[in-house]
Amino acid sequence: MSKTCARPTLYNSLVLLVALAAAAASGRSSAQMSVEITGVGSQQYPIAVASFKTEGSPQQDVAAIVRADLTRSGQFRMVDAGEAAVAEDERVDLTQWRSRGADTLVVGSIAQLADGHFDVRFRLYDNVKNTQLDGLAFVAPAGELRLTAHRIADRIYEKLTGDKGVFATRIAYVVEFSRTAYELQIADADGANSQTALRSREPIISPIWSPDGTLLAYVSFETHKPVVYVHTLATGTRRAVANFKGSNSAPAFSPDGKTMAVVLTKDGNSELYLIGIDGSNPRRLTVNDAIDTEPFFSADGAWIYFTSDRGGSPQIYRMPASGGDAQRVTFNGDYNISPRVSPDGRMLAYVARRNDLFQIEVLDIGLGQELTVTDTVKDESPSFAPNGRLLLYATEVAGRGILALASTDGRARARITGPSGDIREPAWGPYLK
Amino acid sequence: MSSIRMICAISAVALVAAGCASTKLEEKPAPVVEQSKPPPPPPPAPAPPPVAKVEAPPPPPVDPLNDPNGILAKRSVYFDFDKSLIKSDYQSLIEAHGRYLVEHAARQVRIEGNCDERGGREYNLALAQRRADAVRERMELVGVVAARIETVSFGKEKPKASGHDETAWAENRRADIVYR
Repeated sequence: MSKTCARPTLYNSLVLLVALAAAAASGRSSAQMSVEITGVGSQQYPIAVASFKTEGSPQQDVAAIVRADLTRSGQFRMVDAGEAAVAEDERVDLTQWRSRGADTLVVGSIAQLADGHFDVRFRLYDNVKNTQLDGLAFVAPAGELRLTAHRIADRIYEKLTGDKGVFATRIAYVVEFSRTAYELQIADADGANSQTALRSREPIISPIWSPDGTLLAYVSFETHKPVVYVHTLATGTRRAVANFKGSNSAPAFSPDGKTMAVVLTKDGNSELYLIGIDGSNPRRLTVNDAIDTEPFFSADGAWIYFTSDRGGSPQIYRMPASGGDAQRVTFNGDYNISPRVSPDGRMLAYVARRNDLFQIEVLDIGLGQELTVTDTVKDESPSFAPNGRLLLYATEVAGRGILALASTDGRARARITGPSGDIREPAWGPYLK
Repeated sequence: MSSIRMICAISAVALVAAGCASTKLEEKPAPVVEQSKPPPPPPPAPAPPPVAKVEAPPPPPVDPLNDPNGILAKRSVYFDFDKSLIKSDYQSLIEAHGRYLVEHAARQVRIEGNCDERGGREYNLALAQRRADAVRERMELVGVVAARIETVSFGKEKPKASGHDETAWAENRRADIVYR
């Protein structure tokens, strides 16, 4: 099934990306997530990533992280590069690498500088055409070697697939350890390097990133009712931005990062409002007796997609972000909720209940074609990768809450489990600046 | 309206790209379901008996809210799957609480809606809110002013029964009347 392919086209199989950093590649072990690949893309690129020539004592095995990223993308087949390190500036016999089955080759060097930083360089060769495809040098503090490895994997991924890589992005999610122990965590997109942003005795739901990746908004029940908070990640400071009488929930950032849509019940039943990200100036968007919830902005800011049961069953609608009449978007089945629009605005992901199974559907908005992309049946909370190729979502397998991935063509799939607790409510962050 | 209470940053952890610090919420006591009740009024001073007559003083009036055998001791309203319609079995219960609130103008009440575990978290939050609102509307019918009632939703986040069968689900499709 893995076809030799020297010149990958833009539209071959989609990736599946997240995974654990190999234990050897990671400095952390306590909260490591593990990944089981349950489906790969239809086409895989044979690639060899040689060990990097190393001077000094980096804490991370950069080549191993690059291999782990690419392998677990589902789009690459790793050709054994042997033990020997190959320096970035070494002359390499590409025909010999090709004869070992590798169409492409990555070599690199890491050298510690006098100030403790590391100089990391790599080159990517096309062994078939006998040319260099890419080459770059980074200077990184010791604490950013993992990130540098992800950035190298992103460069390789983009050169070979034509799509921007998402290895150097981050995800947020909630872990329930017990009925009185909840954590909002942030991790690298491969599940490694997890950190706790908020610890609470009460539930936390609906985290979402600001477009610049500096803020997380979420719903916390810490005051024994749902209240929307905005949390500044760099400082850990947070403020309640929607704490009105009744319930406050379902935050969504506008693409310019200046406004949020939220659901408030202060004037009646669950209705959509726009507020400033500091909670200022609430403006009501919907007025009716039905439930209106789960707002989500299209990337161009023109539309707000949302869930409503105004037609008798929960369906997805959209309305102009400035207010106005809503149009129904989903028509199959009697339960379609949790809309998320792809970054290019062409696809809509949502949760559908069909025959008591909850699965993620992807709708081609222009064509009206719907595709079930998951093989799990208790799915919740889909979230697009910033390149639009993958969906991260929450599901339940064997009674445990886990995260899972599915490519938007439904081919590549993976399940991500943590060391303990039920994991849920994932939100994929934006590209790092 | 309660604002954010007790928040303290515990550690600023250097993060890879965008820094991230950790915030721990202090532990808080369990929700106070029922706060201080008014002290029972002192028994009326017995009038000086002109004629000696043996009679026990009348018992002090009991707040009917605290009568464990009274209807007001029941404070949960149960719902059918995916429904927020008040079943006839619960109408007299809700109206009794409504009348109590009318007669005790100082009391405030919160109605907390809940759902079973099936379905999305935010949509279930809205469904459970609708259940709490249905109880509120019934109380308003007997004359309780809306301002004295807050309806909130826990969605499926705080299930009372932890099972995954119809017995547990039925217990969790519920609105609780909580006096404050």
